[in-house]
Amino acid sequence: MDTLMLSRLQFAFATFIHFIFVPLTLGLSIIVAVMETKFVRTGDETYKRMAKFWGKLFLINFALGVVTGITLEFQFGTNWSRYSTFVGDIFGSLLAIEATAAFFLESTFIGVWVFGWNKLSPKVHCLAIWLVAGASNLSALWIILANGFMQHPVGYVMQNGRAELGSFFEVVTNPYGWNAFFHTVTGSWALGGFFVIGVSAWHLLRKQNIDFFTKSFRIGAGFALVFSLLVAVVGHRQGNIVAEVQPAKLAAMESHWETQKNAPMYLLAVPDPANEKNSVQIGGIPSLLSLMAFNDPGAEVKGLKDFPAEDRPPVTLTFSAFRVMVGLGTAMLILAVLAFIARHHPEETSHKLLKAFVWAIPVPYLALQAGWAVAEVGRQPWIVYGIMRTRDAVSPIAAHQVGISLAAFFVVYILLASLDIYLLAKYARSEPH
Amino acid sequence: MDLGTIWFILWGVLWAVYFILDGFDLGIGTIMPFFAKSDDEKRIMYNAMGPFWDGNEVWLITAGGVTFAAFPKTYAVMFSALYTPLMFLLFALILRGVSFEFRSKVDSPGWRKIWDTCNFLGSFLPALLLGVAFANIFKGLPLDQDGILHGNLLTLLNPYGLAGGLLFVALFAHHGALWLAFKSEGDVHDRAVALAGKLWPVVAGLVVLFLVMSLFMTQLFANYLVNPLLFVILLVAVAGLVLTMTYRKAGRILASWGASAVLIGSAALFGVVGIFPALLPSSLNPAYSLTIQNSSSSPMTLAIMLGVALVFVPIVIAYQIWTLRTFRHPVTKADLDYEEAY
Repeated sequence: MDTLMLSRLQFAFATFIHFIFVPLTLGLSIIVAVMETKFVRTGDETYKRMAKFWGKLFLINFALGVVTGITLEFQFGTNWSRYSTFVGDIFGSLLAIEATAAFFLESTFIGVWVFGWNKLSPKVHCLAIWLVAGASNLSALWIILANGFMQHPVGYVMQNGRAELGSFFEVVTNPYGWNAFFHTVTGSWALGGFFVIGVSAWHLLRKQNIDFFTKSFRIGAGFALVFSLLVAVVGHRQGNIVAEVQPAKLAAMESHWETQKNAPMYLLAVPDPANEKNSVQIGGIPSLLSLMAFNDPGAEVKGLKDFPAEDRPPVTLTFSAFRVMVGLGTAMLILAVLAFIARHHPEETSHKLLKAFVWAIPVPYLALQAGWAVAEVGRQPWIVYGIMRTRDAVSPIAAHQVGISLAAFFVVYILLASLDIYLLAKYARSEPH
Repeated sequence: MDLGTIWFILWGVLWAVYFILDGFDLGIGTIMPFFAKSDDEKRIMYNAMGPFWDGNEVWLITAGGVTFAAFPKTYAVMFSALYTPLMFLLFALILRGVSFEFRSKVDSPGWRKIWDTCNFLGSFLPALLLGVAFANIFKGLPLDQDGILHGNLLTLLNPYGLAGGLLFVALFAHHGALWLAFKSEGDVHDRAVALAGKLWPVVAGLVVLFLVMSLFMTQLFANYLVNPLLFVILLVAVAGLVLTMTYRKAGRILASWGASAVLIGSAALFGVVGIFPALLPSSLNPAYSLTIQNSSSSPMTLAIMLGVALVFVPIVIAYQIWTLRTFRHPVTKADLDYEEAY
């Protein structure tokens, strides 16, 4: 394999592992902050114990999120130096703002929160977790605005062979970036809800600490329902934006080959990119694709054949990842409704349902990973949509250097991620103090 | 002063602040296997860094991010040309980061031993690598016109690079010993002060060695000869070196640590000022060097980023000082019994 392919694999792998830990950080930080606020408001010690129990899980998860995040910043320089030179003006600024305005806040106050239970007043201590939660989500905003520039470059001028800043305002109000941020954050908060529901259900099945885990379950169920709904609404809007600014990605998401009005959506399709068609397509619902993409059943949807082969993203992967995301998102909505109905007395719910909640913990994780696979694989062959190809972005380094580092990432990350998940499981099953 | 020069100075200052702040964490991690006699003593060391290390490490992220934003070409070449050492640095920092969180999560001596080893390697290696890398940058890297490094990891391990590496390890170990002394009491405090006393001559010797080598093996003094006022930086460094010893002997440990911080900051700035206006001097041909002129972002980006830095960096400094003050008390037995402690 060449430097390009190895670098792509390394980036994909490092990002995939990083993103196992990020969504729970975004969602659970808010949930822990809500719990501690309830403690400060009511003085009910159960809420304090809840903040500590869920906070411990948050911290175990947070550690891997932080250390794997450093890799991503380094990698733009180490493996994608031509890209870095090309977009540093804009992309680099957003990363630098993320560090100064958000990451500092998050990393400083996490220490304050962990070590400050006895040193600070309850209100100031509660403020610390809100700062951590707010800053984590603010971090996500800057990172996704940076990604938004790769997806839908705006506010730049081509000068000196580089994309230089033309309008900072346009860069930070990029509609693609903002919507992708809301899509990611609502998904992550729903994930946080499902995590709390699942772990609580595990304890409730064993009839232990019923009051503690009922209260937790109730908060989790609220989060899961509200944000499973919102993530779908925002996701629909994301589809509209993609249809408008990344038509080739949209066509790949649906494996849609021929440009047509009243485009149908197929319940089942099997892409056959080699022959530029679907080998199987069953259950076509007329005009549904046009309606979903443009909110107009008569709208024309561009097909993949309208794009030169070298400008098309990998169809099968984009298509499958999109189906997985939508399918799991639907499952989340159904489970969230069931959890919401059961929220007052979850311990009296059928064992089967409680077990289902435990087993549902990975569902939003897979949905979010699949969603990002759609966004990133569907962006190919571009690193900056329409203006720079991924193959032109890679560093002038030797393939063996990347091969060795990729192997090292593989070993170290799998090991650390497994240990972290083991610790999460261990502490999730422990009894609250 | 033009925007490029302002950003050059900020770039140097950010790296210097990173070395000062994470320096004490890396130093404590480096001395731990030789210092701690028991698990409790190790825990005192971990908890002396506990509330701070994560926030300190963000200065590295910021220094990297600012290099990316203000000098994209420098960022691109610095990170790709130094691919292998940077990967070592990265893995070391990853292992260090998780060691804090993982160490106390399983109650088994074997498990703790693993993470103690990771914390040591994750502290010692970054100190060494950062020293080697920056010494090589100060001396000039064999970069061609395309920013490709003509050499490998061994090229960097030349006598000057190694001197820089050892200097950083010694500076950080000394700095860490002082921070540990400040954050501990009783026997650990006394021994930490004594260790700083033993390390001080090593630091002083390496500072002198590095300066002499810089005189003969680099062009760093050229700027100083053009503008002798710059020698103030060296005077400040010497003052830091002397004061850290006198304050320590007077029992004023925080002041001694502060003087050590001044020494580390001025040592970093000594080199940065020496290479101005280049950020990455090329040893093959000065025309290949990456400078403010040929590697900076557009004026608009530099101006906006300056606004961002002027607003947020003082805020960051304010809350980090508040954090240091809030957790300034020595780590006690009660702190080790605290359920959230490392």
